Amino acid sequence: MIKTDICIIGAGPVGLFAVFEAGLLKMRCHLIDVLPQIGGQLSEIYPRKPIYDIPGYPTIDAQDLVDNLMEQIKPFHPTFTIGERVESIDKQEDGSFNLTSNEGTQINAKVIVIAAGLGSFEPRKPVVKGLSDFEGKGVTYMVKNPEAYRDKKVVLAGGGDSALDWTIFLADIAKEVTLVHRSDSFRGAPDSAEKVFNMASEGKIRLLLQSNLNSVQGNGSIQSVGILDKDKNEIFLETDTLIPLFGLSPKLGPIADWGLNVDKSAIEVNTVDYSTNIPGIFAIGDINTYPGKLKLILCGFHEGALMAQSAFKYVYPNQKLSFKYTTVNGINEF
Amino acid sequence: MQDNLVTITVEGLDGKIEDILSPTDMNLSLMEVLKASEYDILATCGGMALCATCHVEVLNDVELTEMEDAEMDMLDTLPNAGVNSRLSCQIRINDEIDGLKIKILGSGE
Repeated sequence: MIKTDICIIGAGPVGLFAVFEAGLLKMRCHLIDVLPQIGGQLSEIYPRKPIYDIPGYPTIDAQDLVDNLMEQIKPFHPTFTIGERVESIDKQEDGSFNLTSNEGTQINAKVIVIAAGLGSFEPRKPVVKGLSDFEGKGVTYMVKNPEAYRDKKVVLAGGGDSALDWTIFLADIAKEVTLVHRSDSFRGAPDSAEKVFNMASEGKIRLLLQSNLNSVQGNGSIQSVGILDKDKNEIFLETDTLIPLFGLSPKLGPIADWGLNVDKSAIEVNTVDYSTNIPGIFAIGDINTYPGKLKLILCGFHEGALMAQSAFKYVYPNQKLSFKYTTVNGINEF
Repeated sequence: MQDNLVTITVEGLDGKIEDILSPTDMNLSLMEVLKASEYDILATCGGMALCATCHVEVLNDVELTEMEDAEMDMLDTLPNAGVNSRLSCQIRINDEIDGLKIKILGSGE
């Protein structure tokens, strides 16, 4: 069990700067992020794009901002769990929280700060009759172990890179591969698209274009899928597996089930200190909402500063907080 | 067309069709205009072509901002995308789009 004062969910710029503000008040932080690296969207999506509205920097590349923040929080020795998602939180008798990740990592913290940005990116699930009934029973939204499909009948649906790549890959492993795509062309990845067209004309795979997944049938586990062709006739294909690959979309994920007040995928907070409706849990950065909210990094930094002042009373209930400027007090490593 | 103002015809998720007016001199995206007109669009990603919640179908032939790779890649992944699909966050409001007709589709989840 990892023990810390504050557990910050999300290691993007706002989560990182919260370590600094907490550190000034002698509160230790542990960060957990579902992405495989630190930096959130900045490192994952636009590392080399310039940002123009960070005070004091006329322009700074996203990754440089992350690197600078890491340098800035070094004196406070934050610890990290990366590539894991917090699944559940349990309030303890002493008022602290136990957090459990999808990999079973356990963290005990006096305060939770949710700085999860857009949330976690999860597979997009199309609206198809019966689909959710067969999740884990033949329906899967990602290919984890291709060997599991050896000599099986597989239907994939989607038109993006991953649908094309997995169709090509599984063609050599599975007994039968069908790709269902709603259009008659693929806009991205011309090489993969050409390969898929060639494989279809050679009879290695079945390619159903201008077709849509419409229904899923089975008895305990999946047995067939219904597909609408361009004339809206439904044909049924026997299959052992259905893999809808319609990309990833940002979702709140398990956070939505923690009893927090949520409005349109964002956590409602009190702007006095960015506290949520659950005492001891704060939300800062793009994940929160309040009247006048702006999704800006600089606003997230401000929110982190105010959050830390309030978090102090949970970490040091018997101490009085006195506000000090870094210019007067310096940075005191601990 | 009034100065610096274009008309866009929008079919909402409820099927209701309405004309909305938008200024052309504020560097707005179509997504921002739709949100400002209180259409129920999440726009989770804030206009970075990442969430597809602002997905629309373009119903008439109007010259629009050209599609970049990020938008194409995203549209390819959507279950409900068609040949005339666009992400409204990637369409800039300018004089050329006066008379545009669109239908809001969302990300098909």
